[in-house]
Amino acid sequence: MIPDLKKITDRITQNEIWRSIFRHGYEDTARNRVLQIISNIWLHIHPSTVKKDSVRLSYTFCLGGLTFFIFLFETLTGILLMFYYTPDVNRAYADMLDLSNNAVPFGKLLRNTHRWAGHAMVITVCFHMLRVFLTGSYKVPRQFNWVVGVVLLVLTLLLSFTGYLLPWDQLGYWAITVGTNMAGATPILGYQGPFADLFGFTIDNDIRFGLLGGTSIQAPALLRAYVWHCIALPSLAGALMMLHFWRIRKDGFSGRL
Amino acid sequence: MSAEVGTVEARPTKQATPEKIHTWPHLVAKEFLCALLFIVFIFFYSYYVDAPLRELANPGEPENPAKAPWYFLGLQEELVYFDPWYAGVVLPSLIILGLMFIPYIDINPRGSGYYTFRERKFAVTIFSFGFLLWYVLILIGVYCRGPFWAWFWPWEQWTLAFPTPPPLWSFPAPLGVLVLLAYFGAGMVLPAYRWRDFYNRLGRVRYSITMMLLLLMVGTILKIGLRLGFNIKYVLMTPWFNI
Repeated sequence: MIPDLKKITDRITQNEIWRSIFRHGYEDTARNRVLQIISNIWLHIHPSTVKKDSVRLSYTFCLGGLTFFIFLFETLTGILLMFYYTPDVNRAYADMLDLSNNAVPFGKLLRNTHRWAGHAMVITVCFHMLRVFLTGSYKVPRQFNWVVGVVLLVLTLLLSFTGYLLPWDQLGYWAITVGTNMAGATPILGYQGPFADLFGFTIDNDIRFGLLGGTSIQAPALLRAYVWHCIALPSLAGALMMLHFWRIRKDGFSGRL
Repeated sequence: MSAEVGTVEARPTKQATPEKIHTWPHLVAKEFLCALLFIVFIFFYSYYVDAPLRELANPGEPENPAKAPWYFLGLQEELVYFDPWYAGVVLPSLIILGLMFIPYIDINPRGSGYYTFRERKFAVTIFSFGFLLWYVLILIGVYCRGPFWAWFWPWEQWTLAFPTPPPLWSFPAPLGVLVLLAYFGAGMVLPAYRWRDFYNRLGRVRYSITMMLLLLMVGTILKIGLRLGFNIKYVLMTPWFNI
């Protein structure tokens, strides 16, 4: 006996439970296409219709969307890595070795994808900015969203930078040394910067000290990098992304009318 | 008369009716495809190329050269030409501030929503140049700098036997003050006379911010030129800071 597919489908979808979850059918009608967007919490970030010219691949190159997607990808792989990594100077490097040697199943792949996707995000966010500039998409009324975007660019760099120290290897250690020494040269606020002595900033109370939690990169610096990297910066970036996307909806997609 | 108006109104202009398409499936499918391609790419790349991991961190044994992450190497490269307070703090702050100012100083209404060079030559030229400069400096930092930040071509072996760099000299303070005043003074005033129209369109505030940012960017490059061409360490030396 050949099962009647239509009957089975109806049996599954025409009941109270199914309909309490899914509000509309999947049949390709104009109504369903709209509902697909506006009745879905994840998709309703989009308008239900868009200008044809705004979504041409040769216009956006999907760079903003891709950056957001990489952020989600980093969140996912980052959470997985957090299960296996301890921000402790005595354990961090050993945990990295466990990941790299696949003592953790798929550890190497997990770490590699997280690392390279982080670099990819820096690249896509830069080129997203270039695209937005070249299409003049920051012009009235979208000026403020460009400003939010610049902050997000900085946050992306800081996210990547704070992650750099976490392996607790020579590469990260000395890269962060170079980076945070610059903070020590901040005018007024950094102990080596111009005018710092006039305002009483020394090596143990200046801005670099605040970043490192000490006068050199030790255990507190690793913990700080970890907390910034895993909690503070992603939360900030997430909040600003909401603002960024919401403003796109409010101001409308750019693109030729 | 009324018939004439009627025809004008009836003509469908591009302005009035932009062609709209359904987000589902047209946009969502593209986004999905982009995400999928990215996943494929990143997994392939990660399968073949391992993330770097060097020896355990050792505060007693500095790396030589100690390089910042690649996206900050442009700034580290600037350390050759400027003191850390400028290269590492003031310059990046200026870049961030300058970027934030862009939408408010660029009041050219044309070129919104499409790629064009002809309608906004000034803006596109300056921005693209800055963007390019940032990446050129990064490429130099990544591929051309070896121990003690000495220059090595990518195909050269890093050695410690590089020639001693030539001695550097600085402008005496009065000359330095004069040079900087002349540069920024002339840079602010002369274009306002030469391109009166440009000045009038922007207004005093926007013009000042635009020119200041431009002069700082060009000045940074000029300083690189002075250092490389004439071995000049500082243009201005003061007891508190040097430029």
